[in-house]
Amino acid sequence: MWHVVPRTAQHPPAVSAVTLHVNGVRHRLTLDNRTTVLDALREHLALTGSKKGCDHGQCGACTVLMEGRRTNSCLKLAVACDGAEITTVEGLADGENPHPVQRAFLDRDGFQCGYCTPGQICSAIGVLAEAADGHPSYVTPVASEAAGQSVPPGPSEPSGAAGGTPPPVPLTPEEIRERMSGNLCRCGAYANIIAAVEDVAR
Amino acid sequence: MKSFSYVRPSDVDTAIAAVAADPAGSYLGGGTNLVDLMKLGVAAPGLLVDVSGLPLTEVTPTPEGGLSVGANVRNSDLAAHPLVRARYPALSQALLAGASGQLRNAATTGGNLLQRTRCLYFQDVGKPCNKREPGTGCPAREGVHRDLAVLGHSAHCVATHPSDMAVALAALDAAVRLRGPDESERTVPVTDFHRLPGDSPERDTVLEHGELITAVELPAPAPGRSAYRKARDRASYAFALVSVAAALDVRGGTVRSARLAFGGLAHKPWRARAAEEALVGAEATEESFGRAADAELSAAEPLRDNAFKVELARNLAVRVLASLAAPGGPDAPAAGPAPGARPPGPNSGS
Repeated sequence: MWHVVPRTAQHPPAVSAVTLHVNGVRHRLTLDNRTTVLDALREHLALTGSKKGCDHGQCGACTVLMEGRRTNSCLKLAVACDGAEITTVEGLADGENPHPVQRAFLDRDGFQCGYCTPGQICSAIGVLAEAADGHPSYVTPVASEAAGQSVPPGPSEPSGAAGGTPPPVPLTPEEIRERMSGNLCRCGAYANIIAAVEDVAR
Repeated sequence: MKSFSYVRPSDVDTAIAAVAADPAGSYLGGGTNLVDLMKLGVAAPGLLVDVSGLPLTEVTPTPEGGLSVGANVRNSDLAAHPLVRARYPALSQALLAGASGQLRNAATTGGNLLQRTRCLYFQDVGKPCNKREPGTGCPAREGVHRDLAVLGHSAHCVATHPSDMAVALAALDAAVRLRGPDESERTVPVTDFHRLPGDSPERDTVLEHGELITAVELPAPAPGRSAYRKARDRASYAFALVSVAAALDVRGGTVRSARLAFGGLAHKPWRARAAEEALVGAEATEESFGRAADAELSAAEPLRDNAFKVELARNLAVRVLASLAAPGGPDAPAAGPAPGARPPGPNSGS
């Protein structure tokens, strides 16, 4: 339970030394504890590709890859991410060659104003990895044998219980819509965004 | 956001001692709700004790045939875990029905249980709210309450609990493992972990200051099948208007056992014991499923603008139970907004 209590006790300082590894570069920063990863990227490291839309984890414009997983950087305190490996949209291209997801967004015209695009692209990269790893979504059909009756209860190795590594989940338009629902596009470029993700998934 | 101090202990008891010693201390997990509430000024801890690095990250089979889920297991990892998908499909589906892929990658099992209501008045420090500031009143009763409670509310609070995961856990007879100062431990059933508001809506749960959720314990799966379905204003990424978690065992056309819980209807996940009693021994037909839902929902006291939830809950419960009783098993989750849906408000998630 969180209580609102005036600060009377002596606390350690409200600033911290934080190391962030961003796009392969190590940065040592001294940050107010209130600084989010998004603000650290934009205001302290001049990496303004990641966008501040709602700043409350609702729009997805701030999405980055942290330790390889897509995350809302606006809800992560930088101090709590000390030592983290972060990839932003600036770190996706291989030199002059865009990342395949960036290429697909260009080919499919997956944006209009572009504000949500860095978050869409980072999120799509996360979606592709999650589906390749066999992670289900809310619309993934439940396998008929996974209904509870055919699985013997009792201790067993997690990896062995369901036949080892799950197969990749095919990224149908329905799957892409569900998995990308944390990224809003005010221009409504959704149809082309789905086409772009589908292209890369093929 | 108010200034705060930050520590990241490397062991559980040091973390517990740090929060227990400081009335303004709070645990930080994935931060998806707490950091947001700090930005809004709703939460203002003076000390954050980061528990996200504590070694509570394992999903372990128990000798009784259940699972022990560490408090730091991420929502996305728990939903994708082979044993959860195979044995507790309702839990996997509930997790996947909540929030977005990005948020599920950050949110933890313990933190999901402790997320706070998305009642608009609670989240707006410019408005009175008994949950946020006891004694200031509840404008939601006469104000904007379409999304709020129809069961178990009080004159002081009509908020709903936002979690999807907790609804499945309530139906599955899961329990919360707690550790407190001085190495004290206790285990609380999920159905008793969250409170009804009564005259102290500021308390969401029975958790005492300093106590830390270390694990969630699932018993061996109930016989039969389980499923979770959610009705909401958008097809994805919205809080539940109503959700249903159910486990049903049907043999020879008769219900042998049933477990049912509703989300989106109350201040806590609503385990539907009256409906379960009506189901056991009944024919597995839509008529008896409807009668069972009615037995539970006859206690509903809808507010001016949310009576639709009662009918929605009845219909969703019948649909989920019927799909579990069908020879082919549960149908695919509904794609598309709930009947009567409206454009979304500023909340998004689970």
